[in-house]
Amino acid sequence: MSTAQAQVQTKWWGGGKSPFNLEYGKVMMWYFLMSDAFTFGAFLISYGTIRFSQNYWPDPNKVFNAFPLMGHANLPLAFVSLMTFILIVSSVTMVLAVHAGHNMDKKGVVKWMAWTIVGGIAFLACQAWEWTHLITGEHAVLIDGKIQEIGTTVSRNPWGSEILGLEHGEHHVTKTGPVAFGGYFFGITGFHGFHVFSGVIINIIMLLMATNDVFERKGHYLMIEKAGLYWHFVDLVWVFVFLCFYLI
Amino acid sequence: MSTEILHGHAEVVSEAHGEHHEGHHHEESFISKYVFSMDHKMIARQFLITGIIWAIIGGLFSVLFRLQLGYPDMSLPFLEDIFGRWAQGGRITPEFYYALVTMHGTILVFFVLTAGLSGTFANLLIPLQVGARDMASPFLNMLSYWFFFLASVIMFASLFIQTGPAAGGWTIYPPLSALGQASDGSKLGMDFWLISMAMFIVSSLLGGLNYITTILNMRTRGMSMTRLPLTIWAIFFTAVLGVLSFPVLLSGAILLLFDRNLGTSFYLSDIVVKGEILPNEGGSAILFQHLFWFLGHPEVYIILLPAMGMVSEVLSVNSRKPIFGYLAMVGSLFAIAILAFLVWAHHMFVTGLNPFLGAFFVLLTLLIAIPSAIKVFNWLTTLWRGNIRFTPAMLFAIGFVSLFISGGLTGIFLGNSTLDIHLHDTYFVVAHFHIVMGVASFFGMFAGVYHWFPKLYSRYLNNTMAYIHFWITLAGAYLIFWPMHYEGLAGMPRRYVDYSSWESFKMFADLNRFISTVAMIVFAAQLMFVFNFFYSIFKGRRLRTENPWGSNTLEWTTPIHPGHGNWPGEIPEVHRWPYDYGKDGREFIPQTEPIGKDESAHH
Repeated sequence: MSTAQAQVQTKWWGGGKSPFNLEYGKVMMWYFLMSDAFTFGAFLISYGTIRFSQNYWPDPNKVFNAFPLMGHANLPLAFVSLMTFILIVSSVTMVLAVHAGHNMDKKGVVKWMAWTIVGGIAFLACQAWEWTHLITGEHAVLIDGKIQEIGTTVSRNPWGSEILGLEHGEHHVTKTGPVAFGGYFFGITGFHGFHVFSGVIINIIMLLMATNDVFERKGHYLMIEKAGLYWHFVDLVWVFVFLCFYLI
Repeated sequence: MSTEILHGHAEVVSEAHGEHHEGHHHEESFISKYVFSMDHKMIARQFLITGIIWAIIGGLFSVLFRLQLGYPDMSLPFLEDIFGRWAQGGRITPEFYYALVTMHGTILVFFVLTAGLSGTFANLLIPLQVGARDMASPFLNMLSYWFFFLASVIMFASLFIQTGPAAGGWTIYPPLSALGQASDGSKLGMDFWLISMAMFIVSSLLGGLNYITTILNMRTRGMSMTRLPLTIWAIFFTAVLGVLSFPVLLSGAILLLFDRNLGTSFYLSDIVVKGEILPNEGGSAILFQHLFWFLGHPEVYIILLPAMGMVSEVLSVNSRKPIFGYLAMVGSLFAIAILAFLVWAHHMFVTGLNPFLGAFFVLLTLLIAIPSAIKVFNWLTTLWRGNIRFTPAMLFAIGFVSLFISGGLTGIFLGNSTLDIHLHDTYFVVAHFHIVMGVASFFGMFAGVYHWFPKLYSRYLNNTMAYIHFWITLAGAYLIFWPMHYEGLAGMPRRYVDYSSWESFKMFADLNRFISTVAMIVFAAQLMFVFNFFYSIFKGRRLRTENPWGSNTLEWTTPIHPGHGNWPGEIPEVHRWPYDYGKDGREFIPQTEPIGKDESAHH
């Protein structure tokens, strides 16, 4: 009866198991992710275009050297490494949830989905802290001949090159940096954060459905797998965002 | 692909679609049947009628600005009565003119020829022609229409804003579109435009995902990819183009929204407006053009490919001959889909693009002529020595081929970056793209509407009005756009409100008046089509037979009034390709008929 038994007669795909031989929702999720990859790709390529048209770009080791509760300790990229670690671990717990789903192990699914949600929320919390720190952390900058203290926003950037010999308190005074830095940083990490946020919402819905035995009644945990695809994609995008903003 | 592999997931799929297995028996409420319908056929009708309403609005706008271009010193009091200060003294003000031109382009490109065309025929034809009960996800399909509806409401609302709708051209290039102080049309109307387009992109994405998945996963038994009608192949590539190019426009639109509202500088640098120096620095206006045209060019093929697919089908059915070169048709669609992503910078030859880079885009652009020519020759050879029935759909299909050739040839001029120095932004460009993607796609759409109207509404459209509609539209299209080539070659630039005081171009005053007159006549003919459409829904000649055109494809095996689920019993099994016309002395052999013992070999 099934409409899935298409093309039994011709061997359009001659290479063994066809990659399209999947449940339709999963295929659709893959196509959506492909489309979403183009959205992120366009953002990151735009970022690259503008960044390489500038004479100067802030050094991420200086911009991202703070850690909560550590005061002014210089810990380059330590916090973002923690964020990345949290997100990757949440991908691992997602894999475990999908695996538990394959074994029809409801308790396992619930446990690992819960941990995945915790990981997602922890990542968002870290991002909130980092954003706040950047926006409120003021630095002395020479603007129009006057020393001003400004934070990093979408239209202001204190991370320009240092002006030799000019000190303000105990800190070097810098020129203003390229404003595109803040625009792209908040724009792209924000867009990614929005994806993480929607992923957490999806995962919470999946968790509630799992606890309410929806998947037990369906007889399979495919929905968890689809949510997992999305979650891994968000994770993968972060790797590129991490590369482009923090490492290069 | 072997059977047992497929059975591995079969229970999952059937579980998801079990509810559509039989034709529907339960009573549906008005809301679930006509408004929030999940039946692909109803969603197709919704897309079509919304598209028709938009086409009337967009067409009316062109009549208004053609009025201005034809009669620049007119004074028509009724215009002021209707549009108030937008037409002070009975003349269209420059702001109004730009708003009209911008909305004309936006509406026709996106709302009519993307949503109205793909939305209608992808929804109608995919499940019917591949042999499925409905789309892979009827719910997402419904959402696709309602996001389109939301986009429509927002765009329509923008027409009534005090400062007017977006007016920076349908390509909304920054910095003009990014700075509210630059023009009235860049104020609130521009935000509405961007938000509306974001909704539109969501709609197009939800639709596209469904189309691709349904075509790949839900074909009936025996319906291999090479047995798909060319309509489905065309819609498939259209959907792929949409899914991969619209997200890039989304990125571009989001960055533009940020530039407008959050003070970022993605596209802005070193700008002075009305003596005020803006703080923005470091952005690039050309970046927006890249992001826009990375969508914008595939968009041209998103508009054109469904028309090509339907024309192939209609030509073959009404020539009573197999389509010539089926695999070449599929291959050329594929080639066009690939090349569509590699030519966007030919819209930017004179924008400050490196000429060295331009050379590659010239080459890639001209390469498109090859698959296009393959398609044209295949259509002509399909017609050749055919037993042609000149139904209205067939006339429009032939008209499409004519327009595609005429408009395609001027594309070769424009694809050349050197000639483009002279021709860019002139009426030559306007003439080229209106013929090859505007009017040609409309002809494909009309062919589709006339051909599948009996499937949509179980009645026929009126033939007399259809023939009048065709001849006026075909003659009108050439009479409007052919002279524009001359104007463009003479260097007459587009997007000017008045040429009468311009020494070089005031000699075209009579020609412009002629074009405007024809445009109004053609618009009236379209209104007649709209009348025919709505009249025939209720009063048209009834369909008495399941297969009125003697067609092979699966949609004509459904009942005259198909329910939700399309086939009352089992889904038919497919045994052959869809183009067995005039084979072994038989006029047509439906796809559902098994290959006979003595049948001659497959074409």
